[in-house]
Amino acid sequence: MFMSYKFEIENLNAWFGSKQVLKQINMKIREKAVTAIIGPSGCGKTTLIRCFNRMHEIVPRAKVSGKVLFNGVDIYDEHVDPVSLRRKIAMVFQKPNPFPMMSIHDNVAAGLKLSGMRDREKLDSIVERSLKMAILWDEVKEDLNKSGVNLSGGQQQRLCIARALAVEPEVMLMDEPCSALDPIATAKIETLIRMLANDYTVVIVTHNMQQAARVSDFTAFLYLGELVEYERTKDIFENPKRELTEKYITGAFG
Amino acid sequence: MLVLVYLALIVALIPLFSILGEVVLKGANSINFNFLTQPTPTVGETGGGVANAVQGTLITVGLASFIGIPLGLLSGIFLSEYGEARISSVVRFFNDVLSGFPSILVGIFAYALIVTVIGFSVTAAAFSLAIIMLPIVTRTTEEALKLVPATLREAAIALGIPRWKTTVYVALSGAKRGIATGTLLAVARIAGESAPVLITVGYWRWWFAGLNQPAANLALNIYIFAISPFENWIALAWGSALVLVIIIVGINAVVRVLTREKYP
Repeated sequence: MFMSYKFEIENLNAWFGSKQVLKQINMKIREKAVTAIIGPSGCGKTTLIRCFNRMHEIVPRAKVSGKVLFNGVDIYDEHVDPVSLRRKIAMVFQKPNPFPMMSIHDNVAAGLKLSGMRDREKLDSIVERSLKMAILWDEVKEDLNKSGVNLSGGQQQRLCIARALAVEPEVMLMDEPCSALDPIATAKIETLIRMLANDYTVVIVTHNMQQAARVSDFTAFLYLGELVEYERTKDIFENPKRELTEKYITGAFG
Repeated sequence: MLVLVYLALIVALIPLFSILGEVVLKGANSINFNFLTQPTPTVGETGGGVANAVQGTLITVGLASFIGIPLGLLSGIFLSEYGEARISSVVRFFNDVLSGFPSILVGIFAYALIVTVIGFSVTAAAFSLAIIMLPIVTRTTEEALKLVPATLREAAIALGIPRWKTTVYVALSGAKRGIATGTLLAVARIAGESAPVLITVGYWRWWFAGLNQPAANLALNIYIFAISPFENWIALAWGSALVLVIIIVGINAVVRVLTREKYP
């Protein structure tokens, strides 16, 4: 089966001040597949995906070196505008963060509205489509003009996914999207992630190995800022090549 | 413990209500139609009112707000959203110094800078009041913006929303109640401010005559009338005090209604 690469990461290093959090990362991420990034807390998982949409650099004193090719173009090239780049590479965060001052409808429409789209009818149809894709439409269709903060945690996270989908991205970066959710809400999001992989490239950071095994096609194991192993998920969990990977997935440390 | 807390509460409320009560009781007697529509009387004249002082105060405070609020808002936004750590800490330090500055010194500054050039005037008074409100607006804007979670800004930036729109539609929009409240406190503070006005606005018992002219002022009315020997004028001082209180409470109430939570 041929798959093209959405991201090609070459010699990526990242720092917070003088502390190096990513060391010489080289990896290629397949298009329309789910790639999971696992590893113990503080190993640089989150920083890694934040380098994919240039969110790392918004933190003061954060630095990056190396290349991240997105569709073959280095996103750290000086000609690349990070603002329009982020519209193609959406992100969902650890804790659901709907905009509290906006209605459910406006939350989903926010990305488009605030980048200049005025067409009311088009917005409405995109909002409906995005909420349906996020499997939230049936639960909120009567309450589109109410605040999103009264939804449950799982619903809020799906609202955030709908909000990210509305800008019609090519990639969905997810930073531990289920860590604040209960098992039922988690199961819903996992189903959703599998569905999204039909049309999008999904990269998910998780500290939950079962989750990585359930939802991902490829898994990267990161330890102390270095990429230890990166294989098909099946191979990583059934037949890890490195001793460190085996120790981590069998729970010898974490 | 609880008893002590309640006791402390009562002790704190006594001066507030006794002042309010006194102002309302004594001020209410002098308030009538003439009082609210006529300008300051001359010595020996009966009747007269504070209409010109209300007008002068509103214009002076309005002009001061026109200068002070935008500047303070922009400084607050800069400190919270854009400032580099080093510049911010310098700006914040001087802002704190300014907010602790005796207001009479601000008045003298305005006197030296403006009164010596164009004379006692609304402009000079408004300038000094703007300086007094600036640090309050800056500080409350910064604090209110900092209460908006960073995760919301991140969400907006990750959606490909430009930085300035993130500031306006996410940060400012989430902080607007806090900013409105703080700005209002600043307006209330300068509306009742008397020391800098005393040495910049001059004495004027007629209607407003231009920004480069002196003007009447409510806070100054209280000062001038209260120490006068005429019973008529002392009544005017009480009336002025009540009008001032009503204006301040009124603005507060209006902003409360305007900034009511959209989704309670």
